[in-house]
Amino acid sequence: MVEQKPPALRVMSSDVHDDNPYSRLMALKRMGVVKNYEAIRGHSVLIVGVGGIGSVVAEMLTRCGIGKLLLFDYDRVELANMNRMFYLPTHQGLAKVEAAKKSLQEINPDVQIETHNMNICTLDNYEQFCERIRNGNLEGNGRVSIVLSCVDNYAARMTINSACNELDQIWFESGVSETAMSGHIQWLIPGETACFACAPPLVVSEAGDENQIKREGVCAASLPTTMGIIAGFLSQTVLKYLLDFGEVSQFLGYNAFTDYFPRYPLGPNPECTDRKCQERQKQYAHVPEEEKRMNASRVKREKEEKALQVQQQKDQAHTENEWGITLDGGEDEQVQEKKPEAFVEVKKEQTLEELMKSMKQLQAK
Amino acid sequence: MEQNISTSLESLPFIKTNAGPKDGEQWIERLKEEYMLLIQYIQMNKEEDHDWFNVESNADGTKWNGKCWYIHNFVRYEFDLQFEIPATYPATPIEMELPELDGKTHKMYRGGKICLDIHFAPLWAKYQPKLGIAHALATALGPWLAAEIPVLADQGIIKPNM
Ligand SMILES: [Zn+2]
Repeated sequence: MVEQKPPALRVMSSDVHDDNPYSRLMALKRMGVVKNYEAIRGHSVLIVGVGGIGSVVAEMLTRCGIGKLLLFDYDRVELANMNRMFYLPTHQGLAKVEAAKKSLQEINPDVQIETHNMNICTLDNYEQFCERIRNGNLEGNGRVSIVLSCVDNYAARMTINSACNELDQIWFESGVSETAMSGHIQWLIPGETACFACAPPLVVSEAGDENQIKREGVCAASLPTTMGIIAGFLSQTVLKYLLDFGEVSQFLGYNAFTDYFPRYPLGPNPECTDRKCQERQKQYAHVPEEEKRMNASRVKREKEEKALQVQQQKDQAHTENEWGITLDGGEDEQVQEKKPEAFVEVKKEQTLEELMKSMKQLQAK
Repeated sequence: MEQNISTSLESLPFIKTNAGPKDGEQWIERLKEEYMLLIQYIQMNKEEDHDWFNVESNADGTKWNGKCWYIHNFVRYEFDLQFEIPATYPATPIEMELPELDGKTHKMYRGGKICLDIHFAPLWAKYQPKLGIAHALATALGPWLAAEIPVLADQGIIKPNM
């Protein structure tokens, strides 16, 4: 990995010198925690949303020596953001991605930073977002290693979900509740684990609390502590996933009131409203358990360490929780069943132009 | 006197075609249903004498703009309204924008997008892809105006017919 990099990069060495920023990280390798820490330089991480969570994740990965970050956000830095980490009052007015790039490059000039000051939800930008997922690796000729959702609203999450289902891209979702008192991270592998449309996880994270998804800034409370905890969880999980150590949780929640950290698998919903998700599920239905991507690193490790770890981690994924999530409003659903659903009717011969015209006329009245 | 502009979901039929603006012909089908439903909804509002918005779209139905208004204490408050159809609609819900109110209320996101995630996103998640523009107006923007405008008006933050 290291040989492929441009010569300008500092060497990742485990030598203990005052001026070696990587010595403590490389110690992980010496201690046997991580087999090949340098591999981090070969990875690119696409982060959507560099607010309270995303900016901290970007900083953590930058300090860890990640190869490349691709940052997407359309917001600007405001003084109202100063209760959160990372941004400085001097950044006020700058596009968040630009302010982030400035700081991150100072922290670690070895990291490539690519910025996109845009809203991924719009038609104009969505294609570019997908293109960067497909071609955003270090060489610019292959897909990014992982996509991280650090956004603050439902619309952006659903857009990332659609893109990743379409591209069969593994991603992580993160969020903090409206009250800033709980949060979660979730690992989404199209067809193998629940997608965001299968079960919006925020319903789970506060155990039935109606306050589901928080919209950062003016619409919700926010605390640097809760966001820092979730950002730490997400970054740690990304390191585990990329560098292949420990276990990656499918869902990990955090409740600040009770210090409760629920952790469980989340299976896909066969009746998911996302057609691509259903396709992926069919695609992966016949893949043997040990070849599924969610199990890939574990299976590999188990093979290698068979002799040592006989009893470790029996396949919990399937005994504990199969799609245990329900949305609220079971009653409504029953009411719905009784009453047949009414759909809008458009006559075959009716053209769009006619419809547009009649609406205009109607409104002019 | 308050204007009743919140409409329950039950009073509107659903949309059948599951398609977004990237889906070519299918999108046109969906758009026709969207228009048909909007016409029904506007008609309904006019009959019940609480007409409260005007909208129109560009030719491919991806960009919309118009006006919405709310009557509070017999005074009419009117605002520009705009929204785009997201690339991955209808999985991704519409975000309504009232640019004139940007920065005037806590219940608004930057850029003038109204803040609806708590109430509207779960509803959208539950019923999608069957909800459309008319449903978003009826169950998202309507209730938002009814909740926000009286407060903003009483605080003097907004002026009639600004
Ligand atoms: Zn799904």
